[in-house]
This record gives sequence, C-alpha cells and structure tokens, in this order.
Amino acid sequence: MAAAIALIFFYAPLDEDGLNQKIFYFHVPIAFTAYACFGWGGWKALRHLWKRDEDADLESYVAIHLGVIFGLLTLVTGSIWARYRWGHWWVWSEDQLVLFLVLFLFYCAYFMLRFSLPPGPQRANLSAVYALFGVALIPVSILAIRLSQRFIHPIAFDKGGPNMAGSQFFTFCVAVLAMFAVAATLYHLELAGKRLDVRLRELREALQ
Amino acid sequence: MTTEEKYVAAVYLVVFVVLLAYVFIIGLKLQRLERELAELTQLALRKKEEPERKAVAVG
Repeated sequence: MAAAIALIFFYAPLDEDGLNQKIFYFHVPIAFTAYACFGWGGWKALRHLWKRDEDADLESYVAIHLGVIFGLLTLVTGSIWARYRWGHWWVWSEDQLVLFLVLFLFYCAYFMLRFSLPPGPQRANLSAVYALFGVALIPVSILAIRLSQRFIHPIAFDKGGPNMAGSQFFTFCVAVLAMFAVAATLYHLELAGKRLDVRLRELREALQ
Repeated sequence: MTTEEKYVAAVYLVVFVVLLAYVFIIGLKLQRLERELAELTQLALRKKEEPERKAVAVG
C-alpha cells in the first residue's frame, strides 16, 4: 500500500483532470475490490450449496461483509470526487452510480436476511441463494457505464485498452494489487476471528 | 491548501479512517476472544483437578 501511495503521488503524471485525478487511483481499485469480494462471496455460496461445505457459508458471509465495507468506501470516495468534478455529491441520472447503489443496498439487505433467521442449515442455505442472486448484478453494474446514455462518468477502459499513459496504468495496477492485498489480509483476519469464536462456543458447551 | 487538495486529502483520509476502524474493531474482538479463551482454560483446569481431589479425600 505504501508503494502504491508513493507511485500515485510521486510517479504517476497529472492529466487534464489535475490533482483530482489522484482520487481515481484509490476509488477504482476500491470498487474492483468490492466487486471481487461480492464475487468471492458468491463463489463460496455456490460451494456451500453444491458441495455442502459448511465452512463456505462463513467464508461467503465474511467476503460479503468486506464487500459492503469496500462498497461503502466506493460510494463515499466517488461522491467526494463528483462533488469537486461535477459540483454534486450524487447524480441520480447516472446509471452506473445508481446500479452500484442498488448492488450495495442489495448486499446490505443480505445481513437483514441472515440475522433474521436462527443459526443453522436453513439460514446458511437462504443466505447462499441470496448471495448468488447478487452476483448477477455485478456484471450489470460494471457494464452500466457502456449502457449509459449520458456518459458523465469517465471511462478508464474501453475496447482499445486503458485510456491512460503507461506510467498511469502501471500505478493503477499497483494500486489494484495493494487494495486486493489489504482486502485479503482483512478477510483472513476476520475469518480467523469468526472461526475462533465458533470453536470457543463449542468448547464452552462441551465444558459446561 | 487549495480546494482540489482538500478533496484529494478527504478521500485518502476517509479510506484510512474506515480501514483503521475496521482493524480496531477486529482487534477488540480478538481481545474478547482471548479473555474467553483464558476463562475456558481456567474452567478446563478446574474440571481436571476435581476428580483428583475426590480421590485423595476418599483415601
């Protein structure tokens, strides 16, 4: 992460967007990380339903939890950027923003569903099915920028490749890797805590 | 500090604060788990000692 920040501020050149463009190096990798977390949560949900892997339910939950946090960060960092660039915190006519908000709220509702049910196989199965439905929204959200009629949101990548200089693209790739590394670390940390919690509960029940 | 710099600083600060808060919450949870583990270790040790004490008393 330190390397990514150093590259962003001391290596990547400024473009016509000015210093404000530095937000792109954090905002887009955070959005990609949120999509990756939701995708990983969906994959683990599928494994739970397919292989009846009990541990996959917990892994899916932790991935979606992280995805919601990175999703919130995407919305906040995007809004700050939009406030400076467009003069508005939020633009309802922009499909990509609204679809990302829908995706975010959809996964927020995942927790309402999960915690409204008692722990057990029913909760795990319903949560897994819900998480899988959410995965369908991910490509729609990513492709929304191409479906949009107004094209207010900047397009960083098109059919010809990245719309940026080589040094900017390199910095962007390092920032994406750094954000993925942060998410992976937090994922394993939270998962270890959750597993420990479950084992301790089992141990307490066995001892009492 | 220009307005542009303030917006860039705000973005980086928000990300840093949120991630720090997340790590802090996980840290608090791990502390709680550590306390619970210590409690359960004490409980297990007491349970282990109980039958031995009974055997000595009978003898």
